[in-house]
Amino acid sequence: MNGIIGKKVGMTSIFTEDGKNLACTVVEAGPCVVTQVRNGDADGYNALQLAYGEAKVKNTSKPLKGHFDKAGTSPKRKVVEFRNCDLEKALGDTITAEEVFEEGDNVSVIGISKGKGFQGVVKRHGFGGVGQATHGQHNRLRAPGAIGACSYPAKVVKGLKMAGQMGNKRVKVSNLKIVKIFPDKNLILVKGAIPGHKGSFVVIEK
Amino acid sequence: MDAINYVNEQFKSGNENLPEFRAGDTVSVSYKIIEGDKERIQVFRGDVIQIKGTGSTKTFTVRKMSNGVGVERIFPFSSPNIADIKVTKFGKVRRSRLYYLRALTGKKARIKERQRR
Repeated sequence: MNGIIGKKVGMTSIFTEDGKNLACTVVEAGPCVVTQVRNGDADGYNALQLAYGEAKVKNTSKPLKGHFDKAGTSPKRKVVEFRNCDLEKALGDTITAEEVFEEGDNVSVIGISKGKGFQGVVKRHGFGGVGQATHGQHNRLRAPGAIGACSYPAKVVKGLKMAGQMGNKRVKVSNLKIVKIFPDKNLILVKGAIPGHKGSFVVIEK
Repeated sequence: MDAINYVNEQFKSGNENLPEFRAGDTVSVSYKIIEGDKERIQVFRGDVIQIKGTGSTKTFTVRKMSNGVGVERIFPFSSPNIADIKVTKFGKVRRSRLYYLRALTGKKARIKERQRR
């Protein structure tokens, strides 16, 4: 799968040629450095390992620094492997967005969603809540209601929707269209919203 | 932010020559409407009740009374469908967002005219 690592810059809206207003996300994508080439003989699968985002040397562990030195590059913050990448690249080469994507491509974007903290079922799963404060209800307007039957099955089924941590987890959004690529600024314009804060790392794959 | 400005710059529409107006002014907006492959121009005339946003996402809201019903329409400044804007009256108001007009009708909803130098 071909892809690239990038950074979410923010959202804007543009007008298409037929006069439609399109909400888009700007992603600063690449150039990424190839830090390892995996092939069938040595590793059992084909992949390209890419690195992106400058890191301070003092914040990089010695083993990781040695890994980056081997590729002849400065330490990077994000390292991602792309399996079955069909780009012919050697160790230390750089990959830019225009090599990987074309305008009009459908892509998936992976990122860490914005953390919402510990949330109840109304916000987290879209439960309706109790609805009325009358009919004997009090103090339970946003309660989940019953979570199961009684002596049979005598337990709460696994995976039941309950309150808990919301957001701050890996999310993949697929079928997003690449509206435009700006090669001289390494920017990609993706249609729609993508997960994460501004400035957070995202992986765009075809 | 620079990157977003750069992107907006690339998609700039040719709407730079629109006249300046403020909240409280009366404008008539000629808006292109595309029906199938036909294009026609519709005029929406009313009071500007707010201008908000910056850059390419800046919009203005026009409110008018149509058959006794208030109608509001939001236009982006950078929309390629805006053919023309004419400012027909300059209003004197003391706020930048005239939401209070929504509660008023008839003579109460009038806006005083502003003397221009």
